[in-house]
Amino acid sequence: MLMFRYYLDLAVRSLRRSPGLTALMVLTIGIGVGACMTTLTVFHVLSGDPLPGKSARVLNVQLDAEPLRGFKPGEEPTLQLSRFDAEQLLRESHATRQVMMVGGNVPIEPEGQAAFYSTARYTSADFFAMFEAPFQFGTGWVAADDAAQARVVVLSSENNERLFGGVDSRGKTVVLGGKDFRVLGVLKPWRPVPHFYDLTMGGFGKTEGVYLPFSTAMDLTFGTSGHNTCWGDARDGARKSVGAPCAWIQYWAEVEHESKAADYLQYLKNYSDQQRAAGRFERPTNVRAHTVMGWLKNQEVVPKDIGLQLWLAFGFLIVCLVNTVGLLLAKCLRRSGEIGVRRALGAPRNAIFAQFLVEAGSLGLAGGLLGLALTSLGLWAVRHGSSNYADLVQLDAPMLATTLALALLASLCAGLLPAWRACQVSPAMQLKTQ
Amino acid sequence: MDILPILATLKRHKTAAGLIVLQVALTCAIVCNALFLITQRIERISESNGMAESEIVMLNMSGLSRSKDPDATTRGDLEALRRLQGVKSVTVINQLPYANNFNSSSIRIKPEPLGVGEKSINAANYFGSEGWLQTMGLNLVAGRDFSVDEYLNLSDAEKATSPVIPSIIINRALAERLFPKMEAVGQSVYVFGSTPTRVVGVVERLVSPQPGGTANSHLYSMVFPVRPHFRGGSYLLRAEPSQREAVLSAAVAEMMKVDGQRVVREKALFSDLRAKYYRQDVNMAWLLGCVCLALLAVTAFGIVGLASFWVQQRTRMIGTRRAMGASQGQILRYFQTENFLLTTVGIVLGMVAAYGISLLLMRSYELPRLPLFYLPVGAVALWLLGQIAVWAPARRAAALPPVAALRA
Repeated sequence: MLMFRYYLDLAVRSLRRSPGLTALMVLTIGIGVGACMTTLTVFHVLSGDPLPGKSARVLNVQLDAEPLRGFKPGEEPTLQLSRFDAEQLLRESHATRQVMMVGGNVPIEPEGQAAFYSTARYTSADFFAMFEAPFQFGTGWVAADDAAQARVVVLSSENNERLFGGVDSRGKTVVLGGKDFRVLGVLKPWRPVPHFYDLTMGGFGKTEGVYLPFSTAMDLTFGTSGHNTCWGDARDGARKSVGAPCAWIQYWAEVEHESKAADYLQYLKNYSDQQRAAGRFERPTNVRAHTVMGWLKNQEVVPKDIGLQLWLAFGFLIVCLVNTVGLLLAKCLRRSGEIGVRRALGAPRNAIFAQFLVEAGSLGLAGGLLGLALTSLGLWAVRHGSSNYADLVQLDAPMLATTLALALLASLCAGLLPAWRACQVSPAMQLKTQ
Repeated sequence: MDILPILATLKRHKTAAGLIVLQVALTCAIVCNALFLITQRIERISESNGMAESEIVMLNMSGLSRSKDPDATTRGDLEALRRLQGVKSVTVINQLPYANNFNSSSIRIKPEPLGVGEKSINAANYFGSEGWLQTMGLNLVAGRDFSVDEYLNLSDAEKATSPVIPSIIINRALAERLFPKMEAVGQSVYVFGSTPTRVVGVVERLVSPQPGGTANSHLYSMVFPVRPHFRGGSYLLRAEPSQREAVLSAAVAEMMKVDGQRVVREKALFSDLRAKYYRQDVNMAWLLGCVCLALLAVTAFGIVGLASFWVQQRTRMIGTRRAMGASQGQILRYFQTENFLLTTVGIVLGMVAAYGISLLLMRSYELPRLPLFYLPVGAVALWLLGQIAVWAPARRAAALPPVAALRA
């Protein structure tokens, strides 16, 4: 410990002796670390688990209901289900929870305010429990409401604020698409990142403003949004009917335990076989049940640019490190005389080695602090940029620690070679040339 | 200039020399690839859309659930918009470039559905009302625009069991794809069912609603003489560039005057839509550019640092050479040549690395291969950088008075 403080003292003296070079090295490490951590933080935020603790047992269902024409073995089935299949699976209710849903837009006509459009989700009852949507007031609806096409609605906290001033609005009436709906519950502010349960609206969208039963929305022919892929003759009006050859519904199932996922996949295979036997499906069985994280990976939710930026930043950091190695090496070779004296006075090689590593480490810490400042600056720029994930990007405690650790590690790596060269200096040679 | 003594000196400074070479190599590899990425982004951003983009504004209205006959409303809206001061022409269209919607359909040249293994050709389908060609400002290169009697309402077309759409106008890319060896105008194509639709015109360029992709629906577009109504379409207005803002606000006011119960879902200058669509690419290009500059700066400082150190270390040698009659210029050139040699080795290694990185990027990011001419560009950049960076230390070395140098 005492030696460490002595080395630290030596390091500070040495760094002070050549402030220009020191500043250059700190700056280099700082910029490299800052660039790296900015992109790494963005990556960390965007590739997070939106349903922690549960994501491995919530499965996205894909079936291949398309005709044989255009079939290529091994190809991904459509990303969504047809209404027929979704309703059938929901009826069979094989998993612990299941949900069929689609996004939409509904006009809201509040009393005494101008009408406005809000994003909506038309879903079956299990949505809230499956995706752990947090309630501020009340609850969601139950399966009986789905069956009865009940005119009930759950509001986002934002819409509750706008419509009712944020009070407990349970039991109040909201006019959606010209029809009266009863408020059952209000969510707390909620934004899973990514917006995993429906990626057709962009991977990092906000959650919807109102939630109502799928059956009710279909009954009232509310407008849907997202993708609707058809493979047969379906004109616009009929694209959402039960029998339409169109895939447009997101379907998720929650199994009791991760080990049941394979069971569920087998169930889907059986279902697909049955449908083929009945003549509805033409293609060989091609079903998928991705877990949440598997689904996000499969759909490449993290923009490719982020990956490129990450590589670029790491490349940049490496160049910065090579640069630091060079400068440190030059610096320590210039101090051969000093090293010779220390060696002659009895300092062992590993003491010299340690001394130079401490010097490199203290450079690294200074660089890390600068890097932290630059990372904050970089993230500030990202937040004020145009990307659709701009408002999500924050520096959290683990990333903060990673920044400092990265800087320290990088500088120690950079210090290894110079320190090793320093401890190779032979005292006799140096003292002779003095 | 004899390079053998330089090589002999470098041999005694292998580590430092190696570090410079390594740094130059990495910088060269990254800069080459980054420059290529920047050029690609710029190409993407500057893709022409064939439209009169500086003259168009768009307005997307949405009626509340109670509005009556949407076709009649749309007709009235268009009439009102056309009368506005400064408006050259108006149309209603189902989708437009750089917006969120993207509808495409498959198009065939025979009535039968495709057999197993036959590749379908997907094209973006635009439905436009009268005036679409003038409003979008597209360049018709063959055939004619739709005639008045060819237009029908989308809502009627949807109601019919087998909609008959008499004519279609396609973009040149699609014309060349469907009819590689003949004149496309006058041919029959099949899109909705088995009734033929006749190609009456070809426009030079018409991009898909989301240009920049590589799927064929991103290259091919077609337009039908079908009028969408305001719920499923956007109004486009064409005006002088300087009057666009005024026309847009007048249009909004006019729409609210016609029916105050409606909601403006989106209103924008077309050029703003375009800018927004490419914002991410612009950001990325800037970011890549900044990283390139930062890399070059870091490398330059590294060279300055090491060269300064070498000058200091070799003060005695410089003094000896000067005392034996070497001129200042010779000392200067010594350091310049040394730097040139090191950078050259770095550049050679860097080119190999650049190619390697490019192969990796091709695999993970589906990017095209790095064109070879980026390599000499990177090389020249680093040679220049090296010479600029070494200039100051070399000058300092050359300026050392021989006596002081010998005494050191």
